[in-house]
Amino acid sequence: MNTTLKEGIDWVGYIDWTVRDFHGYKTDSGSTYNAYLIRDEQCAVIDAVKAPYVDKYIARIKALTDLENIRYVVCNHAEPDHSGGLPGIMEACPQAELVCNAKCKDALEKHFDTSTWKWRIVEDGDSISLGKRTLSFINTPMVHWPESMFTYVPEDKLLFSMDAFGQHFATAFRFDDEEPLEVIMQEAKAYYANIVMLYGRPIAQTLDRAAELEIEMIAPSHGVIWRSHLKEVLAAYRKWVVCKPTPKVIVLYATMWQATEHMAEAILEGVQEFEVEARFYNVDATHSTQIATEVLDCAAIAIGSPTLNNTLMPNLAGVLCYLKGLRPTQKQGFAFGSYGWSKRGGASEVEDAMKEMKIELMQEPIRSQYVPTPEILEECREAGRAMGRYAEQFGK
Amino acid sequence: MKKYICDVCGWIYDPEVGDPDSGIAPGTAFEDIPDDWECPECGVGKDDFSALES
Repeated sequence: MNTTLKEGIDWVGYIDWTVRDFHGYKTDSGSTYNAYLIRDEQCAVIDAVKAPYVDKYIARIKALTDLENIRYVVCNHAEPDHSGGLPGIMEACPQAELVCNAKCKDALEKHFDTSTWKWRIVEDGDSISLGKRTLSFINTPMVHWPESMFTYVPEDKLLFSMDAFGQHFATAFRFDDEEPLEVIMQEAKAYYANIVMLYGRPIAQTLDRAAELEIEMIAPSHGVIWRSHLKEVLAAYRKWVVCKPTPKVIVLYATMWQATEHMAEAILEGVQEFEVEARFYNVDATHSTQIATEVLDCAAIAIGSPTLNNTLMPNLAGVLCYLKGLRPTQKQGFAFGSYGWSKRGGASEVEDAMKEMKIELMQEPIRSQYVPTPEILEECREAGRAMGRYAEQFGK
Repeated sequence: MKKYICDVCGWIYDPEVGDPDSGIAPGTAFEDIPDDWECPECGVGKDDFSALES
């Protein structure tokens, strides 16, 4: 495995082949926790790994240099998948200074016993010379937490981008040209949608700042390192930060006795009269990770639930709670669902959730008392046609 | 009217601009923003904002 980014700069992270649940994100492809070692007149380590893998991380560093040569340990992001190994490395390298911004120090102190750590607090625009190379620091608040920061090495045109441009993707290869591009881009999209979709605005500002730098390589804290396809991932991020619609429609529903499912099927039939992509998700069959990934760039979404106990189906409510937090923008849609005797709950609550998500409503909810009649199914088809017609324009 | 900064993420509320995406019209003083308003970048409430000295 080639771990060398540039002469003297190596990957020293951990490949987590078996992780399948990353705080609710379904990581079917595993993940990696990327950390990096820079060997110069002064050596620096960029970030750490999840706590259980700290020994393997330290062993990778030791294989390349004596630990006593480590002068700086940079923490770009305080989240435990990167910071969990910091107590271990700081104990193994008592001479090293922990380099981070003031917000990060505050967060780390609230995670770990840092009483023996030496600190080097940096501000936006500060830099540290390692000898031949310089580490310069760029604060990137909310990409992904308030303390998040990029570390840039101008001499190597190398950006350590922390969570930005990451992917939950375990592979034996460390670089973007060693795996199929469409696989990497799909993982990058899933990561963007499920981790940082809600921070599109600050990410757009960060992209503007990054555009001022000369960058040949982007080394994120998860997944492969970008050295051949920077243009592609940067262009994709420009679209994702505004949830740019594509000609794609989603029909998402929960069902009890298939009445709402029949409505969903009729909506899908209407959608399919147009040249658009369609996604059809029963919440019981599809994980919220996949749903969020597809919502990111859809144009329109219909969401349905029957009334159960005067409210929603709880499995759909969970997905709506998740999507609401991710704050997708630029979507249109409507609610639908069957009911028995109470119109409360069901489609009404779905619509309330869609309003909170600022999804532009295309029409009133479609409701069916018990089993949908042919007239109601035609109403569903017509609503599906409206979504298809609307989404189709984004393919032109 | 004073500008306010979010203590968590550093976003600045400029009353001249408001926060139209969240229904806060340009010209709205920070004090007049409803209490359930959230920072558009990080989601914290008004309590986590501080006045910027101009």
